[in-house]
Amino acid sequence: MNNRPVNNSSGSRLGFLIPVVYILFLALPIYWLVNMSFKTNGEILGPLTLWPTNPTFRNYMVIFTDPSWYNGYINSIIYVVMNTVISVSAALPAAYAFSRYRFLGDKHLFFWLLTNRMAPPAVFALPFFQLYSAFGLIDTHIAVAIAHCLFNVPLAVWILEGFMSGVPKEIDETAYIDGYSFPRFFVKIFMPLIASGIGVAAFFCFMFSWVELLIARTLTTTDAKPIAATMTRTVSASGMDWGVLAAAGVLTIIPGALVIYFVRNYIAKGFALGRV
Amino acid sequence: MEKTWNNKAWFLVLPVLVLVAFSAVIPLMTVVNYSVQDTFGNNEFFWAGTDWFTQTLTSPRFWDALWRNLVFSAVILAIEVPLGILIALNMPKHGIGVPLCLVLMALPLLIPWNVVGTIWQVFGRVDIGLLGYVLNSLGVHYNYTQDPTAAWATVIVMDVWHWTSLVVLLCYAGLVSIPDAYYQAARIDGASRFSVFRYIQLPKMKRVLLIAVLLRFMDSFMIYTEPFVVTGGGPGSSTTFLSIDLVKMAVGQFDLGPAAAMSIIYFLIILLLSWVFYTVMTQSDAEQG
Amino acid sequence: MARISLEHIRHAYSDKAKAAGDYALKEVHHEWEDGGAYALLGPSGCGKTTLLNIISGLLQPSDGRILFDGKDVTQLSTEERNIAQVFQFPVVYDTMTVFDNLAFPLRNRKVPEAEVEKRVNEILEMTDLAGMAKRRAQRLTADQKQKISLGRGLVRANVNAILFDEPLTVIDPHMKWVLRSQLKRLHRQSRFTMVYVTHDQTEALTFADKVVVMHDGQIVQIGTPAELFERPSHTFVGYFIGSPGMNLMPASIDGASARVGDQTISLSGAPAVKAGGRIELGIRPEFVRLGREGMPVTITKVEDIGRQKIVRATFCGQPLAIVLAEDDEIPTDAKVSFEKSAIGIFVDSWRAKTETARQEG
Repeated sequence: MNNRPVNNSSGSRLGFLIPVVYILFLALPIYWLVNMSFKTNGEILGPLTLWPTNPTFRNYMVIFTDPSWYNGYINSIIYVVMNTVISVSAALPAAYAFSRYRFLGDKHLFFWLLTNRMAPPAVFALPFFQLYSAFGLIDTHIAVAIAHCLFNVPLAVWILEGFMSGVPKEIDETAYIDGYSFPRFFVKIFMPLIASGIGVAAFFCFMFSWVELLIARTLTTTDAKPIAATMTRTVSASGMDWGVLAAAGVLTIIPGALVIYFVRNYIAKGFALGRV
Repeated sequence: MEKTWNNKAWFLVLPVLVLVAFSAVIPLMTVVNYSVQDTFGNNEFFWAGTDWFTQTLTSPRFWDALWRNLVFSAVILAIEVPLGILIALNMPKHGIGVPLCLVLMALPLLIPWNVVGTIWQVFGRVDIGLLGYVLNSLGVHYNYTQDPTAAWATVIVMDVWHWTSLVVLLCYAGLVSIPDAYYQAARIDGASRFSVFRYIQLPKMKRVLLIAVLLRFMDSFMIYTEPFVVTGGGPGSSTTFLSIDLVKMAVGQFDLGPAAAMSIIYFLIILLLSWVFYTVMTQSDAEQG
Repeated sequence: MARISLEHIRHAYSDKAKAAGDYALKEVHHEWEDGGAYALLGPSGCGKTTLLNIISGLLQPSDGRILFDGKDVTQLSTEERNIAQVFQFPVVYDTMTVFDNLAFPLRNRKVPEAEVEKRVNEILEMTDLAGMAKRRAQRLTADQKQKISLGRGLVRANVNAILFDEPLTVIDPHMKWVLRSQLKRLHRQSRFTMVYVTHDQTEALTFADKVVVMHDGQIVQIGTPAELFERPSHTFVGYFIGSPGMNLMPASIDGASARVGDQTISLSGAPAVKAGGRIELGIRPEFVRLGREGMPVTITKVEDIGRQKIVRATFCGQPLAIVLAEDDEIPTDAKVSFEKSAIGIFVDSWRAKTETARQEG
């Protein structure tokens, strides 16, 4: 139809093919994993088939019936959620301070916080292990949750500061004149205003905590072992259990996919408004 | 925005400071401590001075890993940034296509990193993987467990698969924030497609591109899990990046002193390079006007 | 430079709105003369910008045709129509210098560099930007940026028309006046066809030879500033132009006289009113006389606004505004009379024709 603005910005007629091809490229390895997860090990190791000839749920049943498998998921989700809550709640007041006030050493502090985002987990893995051993926190969820604050808190402060700077200062002043105390103003007025910023920050904290393995694996042995680490178990005396490995992999993709689906509008909006 | 001077704001930053002190400062001090001491076990430590630093900085193993890492980061930046921009430019601007593309593209970002490794390990295998099987039946000799070139290609394609979406999402955010009037003015002025990109889209994306380049550089320079799962640093040590080498040293061989010294050097290199990127990319802003 | 004809143009922003008959722009059928200076005047959301974008080709109309000098350009792109347009908010190319910004439309069209130099320097002179030609555009103030936008609109020597979409919104009042007179001068020199969209009546009346008043997606009147003031053809024009706007009161017509409340007012001719229409009598505050003779009126308030006084009064239960010169006396027990020739009779908001004085509209 011609009644839209005539070709708003970019691209030729075939431009839409580029994202389509890219998405196909993204989907192909995932398709292969899903495909494998429904095959028997015999079929996987046999001649290549593009879809399961004898679809089986055995691989998934193994995971759902074995506590050492499904506890991995529960552990991962517990520490990821703990980390997200801790990171965002600590970052909120700090981001407010950075966005509204100047104080002694503020610029250096902000930069120093960001440098922690640049710290390679590999550098920290061993000291973390020793530190948390000293506190007797090894193999607890809270240990992983706090350790992941290393990179998530700076990120959350950074994102939230961007959103908060977009809220006019007059709103704060009006609220104080109206007799709001700081905590009440912050929770009742300010937080709803930056709701999409909180959503974006929480999304990124969730994401980076969920995908990280090196530190999580170092700090846990059995009780808090994340699913990603459990996956290394599939090597056994009888060789690799490829089917179960694939099924476990597919199951780790699902929480991420759900989170993206639920925050999709926040993300589009948040990306457009905020810093990240 | 004009900010008021208020030192009480420190109280608001306090929770973050405590957390970061616990999760960054103390461990970092431990690292520094180790880097200047030697141990023969049993918690007995000896002052080692700068020995470990000298040892690290003179070891070919460190320089090789550093070189590999720099090449890797340069290659993936050279691929992911232009590719991300190209895809973002061609994303739909409105309608159902927008959330659909965003959701599908964000998916790889939320897959645990070792699972990313597993996906590509499986996908690329000659016996059971679609990619490896197809390539070999097309007559391409491809086996990432034996051939360093194939291993490098796999690790790079995997990183492109994993992270290009981040660049796309950031660039897309920059693009949608450009008011329509700019495109309209460009059409009135008779600007070519390339001029629109060069004079409108690129300048407006600059800020998010800076973020994208920094994040991609930092993360690619710290990469560990994905190549470790796929290649284990091999074949030989052809894909042994700094992090992989570091973990091998610290956990595998328990050489705490050298590992700690290397950690500090490693961290400093990332800080230095990030600072260089940041300065170079913001330089052109400052020099004129 | 071209004569622009709009033939039965209509526009709806979506197919759904079109099906519902919900047009952002109702039918427009009009011709813009070559070399005219037009202002498109109306409140926000009345379809001014839609109409402008249809002329420049940024929008394709849902129905109708556009012709430049008799040639159909409806399907042509903006570039092919050879139009310049200046937008409400400044659009500058941040990374270019001021000079390069102004040269951009010319260089894109492969104008020889000597000619580019000459044109750009003229524009720099005119917009008072000559001192900063080599500066990067990014760090300029909003009104300097808008001057660049204006300059880019004016730099091309052979455009068919120059369209302005509320270009002075972000400019400060003093500079507004200067730029407006420069535009006016430029128009006299160059005889470009210019269309100037604004919601500010002063801007429209000072800039344009002909003002096109739009209301609710349609053109309600096209005329010189004087015509709009003296003979508004729609109550909206009466109300929108002039300050305060025209007084309007419900009336009934009996031959060549009108009745408002219990008063009878004689008219200069018998208006053609159809039965059943809603009839209003309109008179501008400037044409209401206050004296000892005439019809009774209750004065409620007097506002002194410097060179004039506005008297607020109640006449037959209707509010009535009267404009007096600063030193006019307000008699005690004042009465009003209406200047006969300035009275307009409106049927369903449109001006009714009278038998004696016919006019287009």
